Amino acid sequence: MKDKLMALKAEALGQLQEVADPAALNDLRVKYLGKKGALTEILRGMGGLSAEERPIIGQVGNEVRGAIEEVITSKQEEFQRKETEERLRAEKVDVTLPGRPLTQGSVHPLSRVIQDIEDIFIGLGYRVAEGPEVETDYFNFEALNLPKNHPARDMQDSFYLTDDLLMRTQTSPVQARTMLAMKGETPVKIICPGRVFRRDDDDATHSFQFHQIEGLVIGEGIRMSDLKGTLLQFVREMFGVNTQIRLRPSFFPFTEPSAEVDVSCVKCGGSGCRVCKQTGWLEILGCGMVHPKVLEMGGYDAESCSGFAFGMGVERIAMLKYGVDDIRHFYNNDLSFLKQFARI
Amino acid sequence: MRVSTEWLSQYISLEGITAKELAERITSAGIEIDIIENRNQGVHHVVTGYVKHKEKHPDADKLNVCTVDAGQGEDLQIVCGAKNVDAGQIVPVAMVGAKLPGGLDIKKAKLRGVVSQGMICSAKELGMNDKLLPKELQEGILVLPENTEIGVPVTDVLGLNDEVLELDLTPNRSDCLSMLGTAYEVSAILGRELTLPKPEESLVEVSDSASNYISVSIAAEEQCSHYSARYITGVRIESSPLWIQNRLIAAGVRPINNIVDITNYCMLEYGQPLHAFDADRLPGGSLTVRLAREGEKMVTLDGQERNLEPHMLIIAAENGPAALAGVMGGLDSEVTDQTVNIVLESAKFDGGTVRKTSRQLGLRSEASSRFEKEVDPAAVIPALNRAAGLISEYAGGTVHEGIVQAGSAEAEKKIITLSLPKVNRILGTDLSQLEVKTLFARLHFSCGDAGEGLIEVEVPTRRGDITLDVDLLEEIARLYGYDNIPTTAIQGKTTPGTLSKPQLIRRALRRLLTHGGWQEVLGYSFIHPRQAEKFASLAGESNQVRLAMPMSEDRSVLRTSLIPQLLDIASYNTNRKQPDLALFEIGNLFHSNEEQLTIQPKEQPVLGMLLSGRRGSKQWNVQPEKADFFDLKGAVESIFQYLGIAPSTVEYKADQPADFHPGRSASVYVNLDSGQVKLGTLGQVHPQLQQEQDVEDTYVAELLLDPLYELTDSSVAYQDLPRFPGMERDLAIVVNEAVEAGELTASIREHAGDLLKKVQVFDVFTGSKLGEGKKSVAVSLTFRHQERTLTDEEVGIAVDQAVQALEQSFGAELRK
Repeated sequence: MKDKLMALKAEALGQLQEVADPAALNDLRVKYLGKKGALTEILRGMGGLSAEERPIIGQVGNEVRGAIEEVITSKQEEFQRKETEERLRAEKVDVTLPGRPLTQGSVHPLSRVIQDIEDIFIGLGYRVAEGPEVETDYFNFEALNLPKNHPARDMQDSFYLTDDLLMRTQTSPVQARTMLAMKGETPVKIICPGRVFRRDDDDATHSFQFHQIEGLVIGEGIRMSDLKGTLLQFVREMFGVNTQIRLRPSFFPFTEPSAEVDVSCVKCGGSGCRVCKQTGWLEILGCGMVHPKVLEMGGYDAESCSGFAFGMGVERIAMLKYGVDDIRHFYNNDLSFLKQFARI
Repeated sequence: MRVSTEWLSQYISLEGITAKELAERITSAGIEIDIIENRNQGVHHVVTGYVKHKEKHPDADKLNVCTVDAGQGEDLQIVCGAKNVDAGQIVPVAMVGAKLPGGLDIKKAKLRGVVSQGMICSAKELGMNDKLLPKELQEGILVLPENTEIGVPVTDVLGLNDEVLELDLTPNRSDCLSMLGTAYEVSAILGRELTLPKPEESLVEVSDSASNYISVSIAAEEQCSHYSARYITGVRIESSPLWIQNRLIAAGVRPINNIVDITNYCMLEYGQPLHAFDADRLPGGSLTVRLAREGEKMVTLDGQERNLEPHMLIIAAENGPAALAGVMGGLDSEVTDQTVNIVLESAKFDGGTVRKTSRQLGLRSEASSRFEKEVDPAAVIPALNRAAGLISEYAGGTVHEGIVQAGSAEAEKKIITLSLPKVNRILGTDLSQLEVKTLFARLHFSCGDAGEGLIEVEVPTRRGDITLDVDLLEEIARLYGYDNIPTTAIQGKTTPGTLSKPQLIRRALRRLLTHGGWQEVLGYSFIHPRQAEKFASLAGESNQVRLAMPMSEDRSVLRTSLIPQLLDIASYNTNRKQPDLALFEIGNLFHSNEEQLTIQPKEQPVLGMLLSGRRGSKQWNVQPEKADFFDLKGAVESIFQYLGIAPSTVEYKADQPADFHPGRSASVYVNLDSGQVKLGTLGQVHPQLQQEQDVEDTYVAELLLDPLYELTDSSVAYQDLPRFPGMERDLAIVVNEAVEAGELTASIREHAGDLLKKVQVFDVFTGSKLGEGKKSVAVSLTFRHQERTLTDEEVGIAVDQAVQALEQSFGAELRK
């Protein structure tokens, strides 16, 4: 019986050596080790053995089973490895083909600049105030110390709807409205972004519709030096920590003293280039100490309160920040322009 | 204002300072100067020469051979092609070695065989703005006055050694519309002494009094506070001396004749416009300043007949209007070549009156623009005397004794009390009383002490812009230097920086949409009236709001919807091969119920959306599909979900809104506390309109933001995660095609009980198997209990209830 077992082992191992695919391997496993397999067949004859022989033959039988199983397992592992290798080969991709992008739109560059500026001033404790696009003559002009027949009304030709109603020419009326709404309470710290309109023929630097951001601070002991400090902080956050400012005296009916503010050129840093026309400076905003008449019309006592205001053109800032050379791009809404801003 | 530095240096020394430096100093003190014009555009070695002879060129009809004495000892032979050249003239001669503007070098040359030792020049060749010269001098060579010295540099003769500063004056600084005003400003900036002309000292009068010949009166005191005149006889009308002409040209004023030039010269010097009448054409010699009468007419200098109105101020002679005060003189009394005797006028007319008249008649001049900004009352008489003196000197006039005047030159002394602590409190500086007084001394403002920390400042009448202490504060700040003011941080109470709820929601919408691939665009608030009729349902039954004076019909009414411009933008991009579009705009639409606008129109913030072309981008392994109604609706639903607005709050009604595809559009309604309101519309653009706009299938939506602000729920509240598994049941419901999916899901929600957590439509189809006019709607129902696992039985009961209701209400059958 032992011989039979040894012969079976030799035969099985021999056949297993030849096996080429997992199905044939399985067939051999059934043939030799299955419930009705050859090994079981032989061992069924153990009933006729003596009590001394039985354990010996049993041990031989187990050894034969173990030897065959070991080969089968190693064969199985080999087949599995091959199969995995083949699959990996088959699944190879060309990694240089383009990926599928997330769909990503973007806010309009003017919205983006407005949000950036809002965020800087929110960080400084300002509230964002808004007002109507159609204004009354009173809020657009008179409450800002521009009475009818004032020569400064020459500066801005307006779109009137009626004698008394017009498209606002500046965001400053929001100042006047906010002051009245605050009813004398201090401090007032607001910025007002919005659309404004002037009768300009459109060209590379003019648009009849554009955006402004106005700022207003009113409180006790607000100084012109605070205005300088505020603007310096703003331009450094907006254009970089090394940005310098320069204030030049100017005239606005609603501020006194008034100033135009230049920043060191965002392109060359002040050494002179085409963008700054070799001056090293770029004019970006107008500002001043709130005129006492404006404070009083807004319900504030000009002796105990003071304040500053500033205003800037959003398109101008956007053009400088992004190097845009024609204001009309902002209103043409050409996707190939807008998509350039779909990034941080 | 164009300021000649040559002229300016008559009043103040400009030694050691270049025009560029001066411009920078003036700019940093508040008057911007962007342009400095060098009057010498590159003229070298050009001298005055006397044309001794002129002969025809032997071989050229159009050329002349001139013998010219240019003060060089030897005469020069110069070939000249100008028609107007003639013997006896004094002309500019560019000698061999000379340079002319534009890089022209003069060399010895032969012209048709004749040697030419230079070139006789025209004004244009000398780089002059010849538009300011008389016609005859524009066409040929420049002929200089007979008494011009020979052999001297022409740059000296023509005043070309001059640089002109262009002052960009803000409306408040009309004091610098004069050379003297500018000199005061420069004196304050540089801290240098002023030398002022003293016309009254040098004026010679004859004792025969002017009042024997002329009289003046004012019948409109509000419009004219002071009117003065002088009587001058025996004037010779001729060209004015070159130095006056040169300065006028530098200032951009065209020389005419000595009388006109002198009045203009004095206007530029003092800022006080003057007018000369031909005295012999003013019958009776009496002038009255009065308002025009209804129906009165006059012919102005330009030959136009003007219909006068009662608000217009005129100077009337006995035979009617002789001048429109401050605007333009009358043709009848104009100074001509024949004029011998003149009446010279200097007055202060009310600015508003002059402005109204000049605007209405479209007549704006150097004079009117100065009157409009209010002239200095203290300059009326000095300017008159100055002009009389110059006329006596350069036009041979005899000035008769005395000034004939009405009204008064007296202006109230303007004294402002300034508090030094306030100065420092507002500016953030630490200036002493002495420093402040020194600054005012530079401005020629006199100061006095008025108690502790108070300074009394007398403001000269020429500075009409200064009326309050803060105006003085600005004078201090700009002379002290804005650069010298410190940089500080705001003291006192701090405030939280915030955005309002609407502002936060608009930002949230921008964030959600851009991250979903949508592109923000910006339209104009103005559109064409035809566009304003489209998609205007959110503006209600309103009237179009029209601009009084639009720049074009395309931009003439306020927009009533964002969609028309979104469509324009879609066309624009589609035409540029960018047809795959997902656009949105956040902006206002305008409406008013008033026929005649009296109050501001209502401005409503809205979100406009447009979808066209394919969704997603073209890919090597994915075929992008065309976007459809449900892409747009999905975006709208995502907005509601993002803003925390429950689906049960929203209702879509296929009510065929105007301008949309009737079968692929809906109005959206939401339930507010105050009841259901229309939130907006969405759907495909009507195919007809698509064709007109030249776009493919395009889907648009417009939603009012105010109701969204109200409904937005930003409170996130955690809910227990489900601890027990849910059960799903799928139903395929066959109904008539007209039945809406929304009706079926609403019915299921109503009848399947509380265990039902979710209903989702996952397939819709029609086909012959189902029968004519039928469709199958497949829905997936999810049931769950928070506390326990559900049994098949209880779910079965819930489904049965739902199915029964569907059968009863819609005649539905279940497809097995």
